Amino acid sequence: MSQNASLHSASPMKIVVVGHVDHGKSTLVGRILNETGALPEGKVEYLKEVCDKRGMPFEWAFVMDALQAERDQGITIDTAQIRFKTEARPYVIIDAPGHKEFLKNMVSGAASAEAAVLVIDADEGVQEQSRRHGYLLHLLGLRQIAVAVNKMDLVDFSEVRFEEVKAEIVAYLNSIGVEPTYVIPVAARSGANIASLAPETPWYTGPSVLGALDRFEPAKPATDLALRLPVQDVYKFDERRIIAGRIESGRLKVGDTLVFSPSGKMAKIATIETWGNSVASVSAGAGQSVGITLDEQIFVERGNVASLEHHAPYQSHDLKARVFWLGRGPLKVGSRYKLKLATAEHVVEVTKIERVIDVEDLANHQGTEVARNAVAEVVFRAKSPIAHDSFVDNPRLGRFVLVEGYDIVGGGVIAETPSDEARNRSSHVTQVPHKVDAETRAITNGHRGGVVWLTGLSGAGKSSIAMEVERQLFLKGWQVTVLDGDNVRTGLCGDLGFSDADRAENIRRVGEVAHLFADAGMVVVTSFISPFRADREKVRAINPDAFHEVHVATSLDECERRDPKGLYRKARAGEIADFTGVSSAYEPPALPELALATEGKSVDETVADLLRYIEKSFSLSAREQANGWGL
Amino acid sequence: MNDLDALESQSIYILREAFNRLDKIAMLWSIGKDSNVMLWLARKAFFGHVPFPVLHVDTKHKIPEMIEFRDRVAKEWNLPLIVGENTEALAAGMGPHNGRVECCTALKTEGLKALLAKHGFTGVIAGIRRDEEGTRAKERVFSPRNQSAEWDFKDQPPEFWDQFKTDFAPGTHLRIHPLLAWSELDVWRYIERENIPMVDLYFAKNGRRYRSLGCAPCTGSVASTASTVAEIIEELETTKISERSGRAQDKESEDAFERLRAGGYM
Repeated sequence: MSQNASLHSASPMKIVVVGHVDHGKSTLVGRILNETGALPEGKVEYLKEVCDKRGMPFEWAFVMDALQAERDQGITIDTAQIRFKTEARPYVIIDAPGHKEFLKNMVSGAASAEAAVLVIDADEGVQEQSRRHGYLLHLLGLRQIAVAVNKMDLVDFSEVRFEEVKAEIVAYLNSIGVEPTYVIPVAARSGANIASLAPETPWYTGPSVLGALDRFEPAKPATDLALRLPVQDVYKFDERRIIAGRIESGRLKVGDTLVFSPSGKMAKIATIETWGNSVASVSAGAGQSVGITLDEQIFVERGNVASLEHHAPYQSHDLKARVFWLGRGPLKVGSRYKLKLATAEHVVEVTKIERVIDVEDLANHQGTEVARNAVAEVVFRAKSPIAHDSFVDNPRLGRFVLVEGYDIVGGGVIAETPSDEARNRSSHVTQVPHKVDAETRAITNGHRGGVVWLTGLSGAGKSSIAMEVERQLFLKGWQVTVLDGDNVRTGLCGDLGFSDADRAENIRRVGEVAHLFADAGMVVVTSFISPFRADREKVRAINPDAFHEVHVATSLDECERRDPKGLYRKARAGEIADFTGVSSAYEPPALPELALATEGKSVDETVADLLRYIEKSFSLSAREQANGWGL
Repeated sequence: MNDLDALESQSIYILREAFNRLDKIAMLWSIGKDSNVMLWLARKAFFGHVPFPVLHVDTKHKIPEMIEFRDRVAKEWNLPLIVGENTEALAAGMGPHNGRVECCTALKTEGLKALLAKHGFTGVIAGIRRDEEGTRAKERVFSPRNQSAEWDFKDQPPEFWDQFKTDFAPGTHLRIHPLLAWSELDVWRYIERENIPMVDLYFAKNGRRYRSLGCAPCTGSVASTASTVAEIIEELETTKISERSGRAQDKESEDAFERLRAGGYM
């Protein structure tokens, strides 16, 4: 085993260097690397050669600015990371571009930092990006910021000028709730106050830049927060069904009961799987990528968040967040984006722009749109409930990115006060019992309630059968209704299309509504293509005792031959996309409660088959009814 | 959790994201230390399995011990190995005498592009690290490449909060870099901890060893007596010589490496 093993246990502390363009960030970084001996042998000589060839004085910034365009224009375009160490600990320094054009690159660099150095040119003073970067750092959750007032040589190391710049930046940072750790007068080019205190500033008694870095505190580990394990994937490479993900906060152990949000399903951890480890694990903590198996085969998918029972995340369809916008086009009310929070993805719509924040003067403005590089408080509405925490409580589950097309166009941190809906954490929702129970309804109606779920290709005959069944049962005095695909898609599901995700949501809504009707004692006949097994199974799972899957098994050939609405012709011609049977899959039920053959039979004959089944399954016997009436 | 655990965990997270989000991925294997570590991490991430092809772009100029190592390990670990090459250029006698950047471009970059076109891979996992070289220090973990496999370093996607670019236009692809945050020393310490097999060219013989392994004509050895992993680690803790100092293509001109990488090199 090598020596110095103990020195290596700590991960390097990540420091980002930000500030307005040309205020000297890259020069400062280059200088720090040189002072700490981090530059490889020959690097300084090599860069001297490069600068000589370019006919320019030695440029420390070239250490980080490795791209030709950066050297040609003397500007940092993108963030870079390099390691160095002081006697206290190892560091990774992240250089960020100062130009407004490259804000997305600054954010990419700053977002993983634990502390920051904000560089301000002593001569020019506090500028636009000085404030914008300060604001963004605060928004990103960075609280440790040291300020380097640079190019002090240009102002003859004047204490008066230093105090002026210091007062201005401290006032700004205080107004956004940040207290800088130190404000240091430096001259990066000459190295003044970088590694050691310079004779030019005898009036300055604080630490050097390296001293200030050594005084930063490392980020607290997230082990003490509530358990959050977002599901990344579910593997079945062999006989084990392994749920894979990274523990973002908290701890878990074998035997713990996990709740998965937003479904609310629960199961115990059976094992923690590993490969290549000599010792089996019984527990794991924040930061670890794990694979677990459960004691029950519950349905779990990517995007679900596992937690312990009594500390589940919030869930809501609405989110209020502070957003920084990076997209070229503006964010507007009504715009739709894909919101990615941990491993979950949600389609969201902007419902309100509460205020647009001017980072210069921190004034609030009303606005109908948020421009590139701006910050605003925005409310989003999602189609499915979003499991989350507020950023203040748990940063990893309290932040998200917004995607438009192929690109990430913004980031957001979730506000502290949750919506009313969100207060109902999944494990704290209690059912309020009805005072009229299912038994009573069944006795009054003469039949039980339930869901008769017809599934089959378009044109199979589902709607025809459903409507006729409804008519005949109604005439017999049954409490019955039909939920039909085409009808429901104009109202309840009017906002959905035919992508796989939208189909899943369509079926989910209908399934929930159907079960509500069933609980009210009615027989609900549903007529939806419902092509995917997984979606139908989820509906069954709501109340398996009351769910009857009926496969209207007309073949594709026969459906196409009938083509009652001309849709197959259009689909084959490419006029309709995602059409089941043509350009989208149909997964027939493996074990339906009833399979209805329709070919070679009249509608009446098929209806009769289904009616027989329904009466057998739902009717109360005469004896049950008599008992119920107390006879 | 120590620093190697943290790095390992993050790399596993990245590999699992790539596997879940992209339809057809493959992992580049250069037979060097970094890609061996990457293969090891894949086996950890997927519980002993490597559920995607492993690609070796063979320039035919590799040191023979490397090819022997490749074949032996592929068999032992049951790897789904695909070997590709730029047959035309090789037939025409392409070599470093044509210019090192030209040769790397023809035999490595074009070789890789041919493999991508043939198999339709939309994600390629490569073991580059930030501390290797200046333009690699500017990379993203999920880094897009256009239809011609070119890297637009002037306009990279925002990447923060472990949210990676996983949506991209058809015909383009992504490079995935799970080892970006690892240093050379981290790699060797991990090799030591996990006992990962390595080509013996890394270990000193006759007072010399290879720090970095490229093709035979363009890779220089360094003076060293480190003949075990522990000795290599000790050497690295005190050296001021950079890892790639023996790699000739980096030195051709100030922008040689940038041009190579912009053209689709690893």
